[in-house]
Amino acid sequence: MSAGLGAWSFFMEHRAEILGATLEHVELVLISMVIAMFIAVPLGMFVVQRPALRAISIGVANVFQTIPSLALFGFLIPIPFIGGIGKRTAIVALVLYALLPILRNTYVGLSGIDPAVLEAAEAMGMTPSQVLFRVRFPLALAVILAGIRTATIITIGIATIAAAIGAGGLGTFIFRGVALVSDSLILAGAIPAALLALFADFLLGLLERRLRVA
Amino acid sequence: MGLSTEMNAKISNFSGNLIEFRNVSFHINDIPRREVISGVTLAVPAGDAVVLLGRSGSGKTTLLRLINAMLLPSRGEVLVQGRATLEWDPIRLRRGIGYVIQEAGLFPHFTVGENVALVPSLEKWDRERTEARVGELLRLVGLEPGEFAGRRPRELSGGQRQRVGVARALAADPPILLMDEPFGALDPVTRAELQREFRALAERLGKTIVFVTHDLREALLLASRIVLLEAGRIVAVAPPQEFLRLEHPEVRAFAASLETGPGVPA
Repeated sequence: MSAGLGAWSFFMEHRAEILGATLEHVELVLISMVIAMFIAVPLGMFVVQRPALRAISIGVANVFQTIPSLALFGFLIPIPFIGGIGKRTAIVALVLYALLPILRNTYVGLSGIDPAVLEAAEAMGMTPSQVLFRVRFPLALAVILAGIRTATIITIGIATIAAAIGAGGLGTFIFRGVALVSDSLILAGAIPAALLALFADFLLGLLERRLRVA
Repeated sequence: MGLSTEMNAKISNFSGNLIEFRNVSFHINDIPRREVISGVTLAVPAGDAVVLLGRSGSGKTTLLRLINAMLLPSRGEVLVQGRATLEWDPIRLRRGIGYVIQEAGLFPHFTVGENVALVPSLEKWDRERTEARVGELLRLVGLEPGEFAGRRPRELSGGQRQRVGVARALAADPPILLMDEPFGALDPVTRAELQREFRALAERLGKTIVFVTHDLREALLLASRIVLLEAGRIVAVAPPQEFLRLEHPEVRAFAASLETGPGVPA
């Protein structure tokens, strides 16, 4: 009870700082997600009818997913151009994590279309690119969005660790809290991060339901 | 003004066979020993309604897909309007051939109207002409455009979906109509209804039709000629009134299915 009250008064005292960190967090996530989408969605569309490339690209994305996040941030620091301390390195790592769910769902969505629909599309004289953009893609959109939703939630969580390499965001409070053994500080980072994840999940879930056809 | 008009113009002064198989064989990939189609020769003159009859796996659908270049022959050639399918641009060829399949294969993210307007939209017809055509076609297949054009396929019954499938295939007024067991998934009552209506429609429109089925009753009802397939070969060709008199064992097998099948033949 008193811990709860302590955390609450801490929140009120530092609300400007927490709000700033939250915005910084949102910025990290948004930039990473936009980049990841622009890579993974076209890549998924490109590999859907190329089984060899599909196996390779999903395999590579899988490997990134298995590297512990703190280690990945560490690995990236010494790499020239993309590495170093700060936001840029964090964004690179977050993009690498977000790729897999989006790529996999893009592929699954595009390849899970009713064969009768694809047969009709081909037989009506649609070109392969018309089949992709007018039939496969719109029908796969809800599944692709589900992948983006998963990736966003993962990214919001992992972005807290980005503070370890000086990228800012809500993780700053958590790391400080761990170092100073302060629950209030940890909660000041963890609670907004959790709320952010719930909010993003709700919003994208809403969009996903609207896009679901058939 | 697109391809279909151009094709129709060709058709009107096209004297030969609209579709012709010349000693066609087809095998999957490079396994010549497993032929799906073996040495098929068949001519389909304009206005003919050919029904390809056979058991599952007899090669009916393969034969159909060889006509619109969804498959290309391994040996021999398939001619459409006197031109080998290998020489056709497949996209242009297909836009001049209507195609109806089982379960219709309607696009779930399009409305009924948009589904019917597919080929016109690919052919870049203007809006007025497309809308007029969609209305005309929906009425033709017995669906009131005001009620149905804005609906999604999932809001239709199986029979209604198949009507839309037929309307979509007819949209650009193609001279040839390919139908792969279009009524196979319907309940018997709806099926009989659609078969009767389709026969009347086909007679009125004068299309050249190649129709695939494993249902002898359907073949007898719709065909001007029945082509019986067995293991990738044509074993009998006859008009419906003569078909049942043939002595070939596969004809007898089908005739027997008619006697033991449910209900009375139409």
